[in-house]
This record gives sequence, structure tokens and C-alpha cells, in this order.
Amino acid sequence: MALEDSHVRRAAHLARIAVSDDQASGFVEDLSRILDMVDQLQGVDTDGVAPLAHPLDATQRLRADEVTETNQRDTFQRCAPAVENGLYLVPRVVE
Amino acid sequence: MHDKTLTQIANALGSGELSSRELTEHYLQRIQQSGAILNSFISVTADQALEQADAADQARAKGTAGLLTGMPLALKDIFCTQGIKTSCGSRMLDNFNAPYDATVVEKLKTAGTVTLGKTNMDEFAMGSSNESSYYGPVKNPWDLTAVPGGSSGGSAAAVAAGLTPAALGTDTGGSIRQPAAFCGITGLKPTYGRVSRYGIIAYASSLDQAGPMARSAEDCAHLLNAMAGHDGRDSTSVARGVPDYTETLNSPLSGLKIGLPKEYFGEGLDPEVEKAVREAVSVFESLGATVRDVSLPHTHYAIPAYYVIAPAEASSNLSRFDGVRFGHRCDNPSDLIDLYKRSRAEGFGDEVQRRILIGTHTLSEGFFDAYYTKAQKVRRLIRQDFLDAFEDVDVLMGPASPTPAFDLGAKKDPVSMYLQDIYTIAVNLAGIPGISVPAGFVDRRPVGLQILGTHFAEAQLLNVAHQFQQTTDWHLQRPDFAEESA
Repeated sequence: MALEDSHVRRAAHLARIAVSDDQASGFVEDLSRILDMVDQLQGVDTDGVAPLAHPLDATQRLRADEVTETNQRDTFQRCAPAVENGLYLVPRVVE
Repeated sequence: MHDKTLTQIANALGSGELSSRELTEHYLQRIQQSGAILNSFISVTADQALEQADAADQARAKGTAGLLTGMPLALKDIFCTQGIKTSCGSRMLDNFNAPYDATVVEKLKTAGTVTLGKTNMDEFAMGSSNESSYYGPVKNPWDLTAVPGGSSGGSAAAVAAGLTPAALGTDTGGSIRQPAAFCGITGLKPTYGRVSRYGIIAYASSLDQAGPMARSAEDCAHLLNAMAGHDGRDSTSVARGVPDYTETLNSPLSGLKIGLPKEYFGEGLDPEVEKAVREAVSVFESLGATVRDVSLPHTHYAIPAYYVIAPAEASSNLSRFDGVRFGHRCDNPSDLIDLYKRSRAEGFGDEVQRRILIGTHTLSEGFFDAYYTKAQKVRRLIRQDFLDAFEDVDVLMGPASPTPAFDLGAKKDPVSMYLQDIYTIAVNLAGIPGISVPAGFVDRRPVGLQILGTHFAEAQLLNVAHQFQQTTDWHLQRPDFAEESA
């Protein structure tokens, strides 16, 4: 499955990473080599094999739906780049 | 002082021969003297370390000390530490002070250990040479022109150089075992779920596991005792009792069945590394073990499967770095999308961006089944290879890496770097434990013997490694660097 420039630009947009034209061509080259290596997987017969998501086949543990955490907003916002009155500041989204 | 193992230091602290303050001051001085040459630390926490050392000495005077009370340790900079920078080797987190401690950090603090600082690493643990760190590469104390391995390269180099008695690392595809091998120390990757991942900055959540890096298997056993156990805050942590890993260190090895996977001794293996590993295996035969060849037929597909699964998980995990809640934010964003895109482009280095893009691409519409579902199916076959092998043998042995440490700057192409992890990566896909122990040298660069066991066989791996270290002295050899800067 050949990787095209448009694939890299789409992935970069979905991943929210700014990529210049020069960088995009570098990524096409590097990612193509990686995907060529990955394509060896297509040679494995996996008919009837179930996908493995967790090495111990464990399932998600559940707990009672109860509030157990205390509010630590001030502590958690101390490492934020910009906050005001307990709110995270971002550029205007709605005009 | 720094030529002692953690176990010897614990005994000296216990007998009152040494105080934690003396010990901590000694290591801090060594870090100050030689830290800049190796670049093994990102942050040194001298003030806090001395406070912890004094508290440990007081606890000992009061009779409330445990075995690790007052023991200096270094933490890979991937473990969140409250109030101390946790960078994960990235510009993205250069300004990040975690608001809480990782569970493992909390457990070690409770055990009374002293944190000397945070060690250098490949950015977001993505690398096999420690060259992708925002803080620059780490040098191998055995040869300053060689890499220390990665991603826990700073931890491995610091232990080997005698800048700390032991350190913590994490291992997603070999990141404890390969640097341990390259730096001539002992490093254990536990079974997936054995050690809590809470507060460890996530790379690939179904593969990541933390473990000890030290001078000997016995040292690792003491550390694993303090680290392992169930944690309600990590949903993949396993609720299963933790044995005392030191209790079985001296069990005899007569009758131990060792398997040598033929795929681990094939093309690409340095002949001198192979010689050292085979000599190590013969030591086990002299201890009463039997050796047979086994096969792990899907070995060849482990790297391709990993480079779908790990980047897929990484692309999801690293989406949290958005320039809004923590971490790097670009200047003067024009709108929200520009804020996200430029903050992430500026904050992440090349290798991290590559893996995020690979993961995003392979998970995207039209590619998901061909890549991700296929890789997960192959992952099951890889795990089955190991389970089948452990029907016939107790442990598997082979090289930790196909070559000794390579030169700084030698691997420019990402794929050639990835292929370095051929013997370690399948272990994470299968979730089994593995340990690397020093087993010789090639041109003064260390060789690591890797020993693998079935799920939750940590006690057995530590026993097997300890018995090897009772018979050999590879693990006690030090680089000249550690002597010269003494």
C-alpha cells in the first residue's frame, strides 16, 4: 500500500501537527520505508485468529459509579499555559 | 562507596556503617562531577534528596527503617514526580511539574528511598539509542563514542557509571533490557500488569511496563519487592499476590530446562555476541540445567506488528498534549486549530511526530483493518509462540541485542534503528517478563544475555540470573569511567 503525500497531510491534520511542504516530503519518504517494513504482516496467515488487544486477555474492570475524587482544579491548573478565573484560555472559538 | 551493589549498601546502612546523608552526598557529588560528560540526568534534585536522606537517617535511629530506607535512586524522567519537572525527554513537557506522584514513586518514597534526580531518555520513550531526547544524547560510560541504548539510556548509563546504586526504567519494546545490555548492568521488565502504570507518561498502554535497573539480579529483586502489586488507579494492573522475590534467589538450578530460540541466533547476530551468549548458556549447563533448541516461528513479524500497535496507541495517548491544559504552547495562535497544530509541531521532535503520523494513518478510515486488526491478530500468534515454548522449557535464553552498543550517530535511518529491537520487542507483545544480565564484552562494549519466562515468572528469572551472577563476575566489572572519576 503505497503512501502518498495526501495521506501524510491527512494524518497530520487529524493529528493536529503543523507540517510544512518540505517536512511533508520527508515524512512521505520515512513513513513509506516504515510501512514497507510493516507490510510484511500481509504475508502471515491469520485466518480464524482473533485480534489480541491485551496480553493477558483481561477485560475492563468495573467499579461502582460513585464520586471518589476531590476537586483539585487549582492544583491541576497550575501547570496550564493560560488560565483565568478557573477557566482555560484559548483563542476565540465562537464569534 | 559507589562500587557497592544496592544489597551491600543496604547492609551498610542497616549496620550503621554508613548514613544515608553520607551516601547521598557522595552520589550527588559524583553526578555533579561526571554528569555533564555522560548527560545521564535531566534534573538533579539535590535539596530534596538531602532532606529525604536526613529523614531516612532519623527513621533508622528510631528503629522504623526498612531495607530500602535511605537508598539513593534515580528515576527515568517518565515517572511523574510531584513538584519536580517531568519532561519525558521532550520540549513539550520542558515546563511540566506534575501535580502528583506516580504510584511506583509513591511506593518507593514510602519504602524510604532517596530520589537523586530524573534521568535522560529518548523523547516519550521512543527510541533505542537515547539520541531522540530534547536534552541531547547520553554517552555510554564504557565508551564515550557509543550510545547507552534506549529508551532508558540515562538510567542505564548512570547505574553503570556509579552515579546511583540503581534506577527505574520503563520498557515498551526493550527499553529496559537493551540499555541494560549496552551498559553492562542488570535490567528487568516485569510481566505486563505486574507494576502499576499510574503516573507513568503513557507511550503504548498495552505494552508499557516499569522495572528496576541495577548492578545485580539480587538488587533488582529488592526493588521489585517495593514496586510490584495491584493498584486500583491502573485498570490494567493485575490483582495477584506479590511474592518476596529475594526468597527464591538461591534455589538450585539443577533440572532447569532452557530453550534457545533458533530465530534468536540467526542472520544479523554479531558472531562475537553469539559466542558470549553461548558461553553464558554453558555456565547454566555446568549448574545442572539442560539446554534444547526451540522455535518461535513468528519472531520475524514482531517488529512489523509492533510498529503498527505501538504508534497507534501513541497517536491516541499523545493527543492529550494540546497546548491547553499543560505543556508547550506556541506564541500568538491565530485560532484554536493553529494553537493545537503549532504547539504540537514545536513541542514534539521528529521521531515522535513520525510515530504519531504512522499511528494516525494506520488507524484512519480505509487502513484500519489492513494494519491494526491484522497486527493484533499477528500479536496473538506471537504470544502463542511463547506459550507453546513454555510447555516444553522453563526459560528461554538468547542475546538481548544483535550487536553491542553502536556508535553515536550510526543509525540515521529510522527502520535500521527499529531492527535493533528484534530480540526484545516480541516480549512486550506477549506481555511476558524478561531480564538482561551482563555476559561478557566485545571490544570493551558489554554484551547482555536475555532470559525470558512465562507470565508472572519474575521470581524464576531473578533466581536464574542470580545463580549466574554467583558463578560469573561480568556484572561486577566497571567501566574505567567509574574508576577515573572516583
